[in-house]
Amino acid sequence: MNTATQTAALAVRDLHAWYGESHVLQGVDFHVQHGEVVTLLGRNGAGRTTTLRALLGLTGRRSGSIRVFDEEVIGLSTHRIARLGVGYCPEERGIFASLSCEENLLLPPLFKGTEAGLSLDEVYRLFPNLEERKHSPGMALSGGEQQMLALARILRTGARLLLLDEISEGLAPVIVDTLGQAIQELRRRGYTILLVEQNFHFSAALSDRLLFMESGRIIDTLTPDQLDDNADEVARMLSV
Amino acid sequence: MDIFGVPVQALMAQLMIGLVNGCFYAVLSLGLAVIFGMLHVINFTHGAMFMLGALLSWAGLYYFELNYWAMLFLAPLVVGVFGIVLERLFLKRIYKLDYLYGLLLTLGLTLIIEGAVRSVYGVSGKPYGPAPISGVTDLGFLMIPNYRLWVIVASLLVCAATWYTIERTRLGAYLRAATENPKLVEAFGINVPVLVSLTFGFGVALAAFAGVLAAPIMQVSALTGQTMIVIVFAVVVIGGMGSIAGTVITGIGLGLVEALTKVYYPEASSMVMFLVMVLVLLVRPNGLFGGVE
Repeated sequence: MNTATQTAALAVRDLHAWYGESHVLQGVDFHVQHGEVVTLLGRNGAGRTTTLRALLGLTGRRSGSIRVFDEEVIGLSTHRIARLGVGYCPEERGIFASLSCEENLLLPPLFKGTEAGLSLDEVYRLFPNLEERKHSPGMALSGGEQQMLALARILRTGARLLLLDEISEGLAPVIVDTLGQAIQELRRRGYTILLVEQNFHFSAALSDRLLFMESGRIIDTLTPDQLDDNADEVARMLSV
Repeated sequence: MDIFGVPVQALMAQLMIGLVNGCFYAVLSLGLAVIFGMLHVINFTHGAMFMLGALLSWAGLYYFELNYWAMLFLAPLVVGVFGIVLERLFLKRIYKLDYLYGLLLTLGLTLIIEGAVRSVYGVSGKPYGPAPISGVTDLGFLMIPNYRLWVIVASLLVCAATWYTIERTRLGAYLRAATENPKLVEAFGINVPVLVSLTFGFGVALAAFAGVLAAPIMQVSALTGQTMIVIVFAVVVIGGMGSIAGTVITGIGLGLVEALTKVYYPEASSMVMFLVMVLVLLVRPNGLFGGVE
């Protein structure tokens, strides 16, 4: 192991994970440096969402090594991993229907011992729609508003490693732009971000590196400027 | 003056008793609903916890000379801790299983608790002695014992405080969120298993609180909780799991319905609850205040 992975915000080695009997992750290896934006790409069922969930202990049995900010978390319970400074935005967004928009936003507790997150004002500056809708119940928000809320609510906590699952999926282009700008802003502020994306163009514009997954493993890593030279291979890996 | 052939005074007296019973139903079904929302366990021990609250308040006085007010605080605390121990030892193992297992487990625990109490104290019941608040208040249309007035006020206060905690505080927001999606709440760094234990402890402490309130006006015996739990299940089914306010209104409303039946057709008074339950289930299967899940 080189020194780069030792100081990484996230270092994953030989990660295996199961849902019941099915062996979904079969030896995932990668790392994400502090302040880096990295995207996991791949076909449906390649194991990208499972990788994010396994990092937080939300799958079944796991083995291997996951180091978050230099702490081994493979044996920790979900809430303790989160408290190391991990923010999670699930694919289904997970907006609580019975809570108002602002209650959803204020729900995740602020972490002690990590840097301060964004203030409520800063969050509202990033997503002005949410301030207008703050008293609406979670279930009354549009898909775009729900997605913004799902991202916004993990920015206040002081989480420095963000795991974002398919945040551009099924949204109007204008909302995807807003989310893209938010990611750029977070990157400028030094957040470490791991994206899972279907939208190749959205993620290529934002990421430092693109990791390609297939059958529960990482099979290739490219930087955005290597994409044109490897267009055929990329097309094969994503089968687009 | 008569209303349908019943003197107003007699009618009012029955309604007052119905209101007091309704308050017990409300506090008990509130705890049951809170527990079900979070744990998805139909807590059969609830009646036994009510009985333990009443028994502890008698035992505190009898063995330790702890008065009513001390036990009003201590009995729910002791029963709440007992509940947390039961949750940690037994209940937490069955959350992934079908509802039926939770019902069977808590029924078994109920039989053990009631059996243990019966083997020590028998079934005949212990008289609590005089109510801690004496005197009678004249409301003009009705003379009401001050203790029963206190039971009504205390029950409503506890219900209101529970409503406020769940609907308006941060802790309540955690509870509501964890009821919807516990795994995600955990991924935000909240220790959900502890939240679940505390919820169970709180729910059964409510039952014990109602038990202490009931001790001076009901017989305290090992079987005190049995009739109660059946009625309270009916209340929860009729009210639906939707809202706290709905549960409280249903509890009090059914207490009054039961009282009215006692006045006009006493033979049906122990059955009327279940008649209402059948009718409500036919028209609104999710209960009067239940959501449409």
